Amino acid sequence: MIPLNHYLLLSAFLFSCGVLGVVVRRNAIVVFMSIELMLNAVNLSLIAFSQFLGDATGQMLVFFVMVVAAAEAAVGLAIIISLFRNKQTVNIDEINILKW
Amino acid sequence: MTFEQGVFYFLASVTVFSAVMMLLQRNPVNSALYLILNFFCLGGLYLTLNAQFIALVHILVYAGAIMVLFLFVIMLLNLGDDKRLVEHLGLRMYLGIAFSSGLLIELLYIFGFSSPMNISELSPASVEMGTVEYIGKVLFTKFLFPFEITSFLLLAAIIGAVLLAKKKLVQ
Repeated sequence: MIPLNHYLLLSAFLFSCGVLGVVVRRNAIVVFMSIELMLNAVNLSLIAFSQFLGDATGQMLVFFVMVVAAAEAAVGLAIIISLFRNKQTVNIDEINILKW
Repeated sequence: MTFEQGVFYFLASVTVFSAVMMLLQRNPVNSALYLILNFFCLGGLYLTLNAQFIALVHILVYAGAIMVLFLFVIMLLNLGDDKRLVEHLGLRMYLGIAFSSGLLIELLYIFGFSSPMNISELSPASVEMGTVEYIGKVLFTKFLFPFEITSFLLLAAIIGAVLLAKKKLVQ
């Protein structure tokens, strides 16, 4: 059998990859994908805990995380589209109109 | 190495590979395709945890809906030419790598060396817990209120997305 630790280590690695993507990449769409990756890493550890400890609460949380991820993707991509329409770029360094 | 372990380590290595490749691609379309591969492998990992229903829903929602939306937006924005995709990296990249590797070391230390998390067997109830019946029963009894709240969240997201992406009318 595979111990719980291995799932958690994999989840930790995926989460760190997502953080690296958010901090380093400048393309807004790739930043969004990295956020999805982080949400998935958390989902993996939630399901692993749920199935190893025999408690269904973790799986319910995964459903709510999926709903939030879907809502976030829809709104975020709409923001990216309207930004691109106004500034002709998706590079987040050039999107600085809230800075003074 | 048993068959089960073989499947797990294969899926885990493909997951890690596709996550790293997603970060390294310059073209966002390639990133999205690697992320889809990553989602399929995560679905397989959920199956090794006896969570069949969540594995199916995960592939439907992520690979089927969210990534199609991403690809649609990428193609709609038409970012094809390379000079727009160049990213200037410098000090910030090294700081980012240092920050995220620090986080990784911290998490690996917590998960790798803390004894209470060292469970080696799936719970005997896990087979039953992955089924649609069990999940539906819990979702519509104990988690009914949060479930209803998510409908408001989705409604707000739909309205927000339509309002934001709508073309401005000519004055």
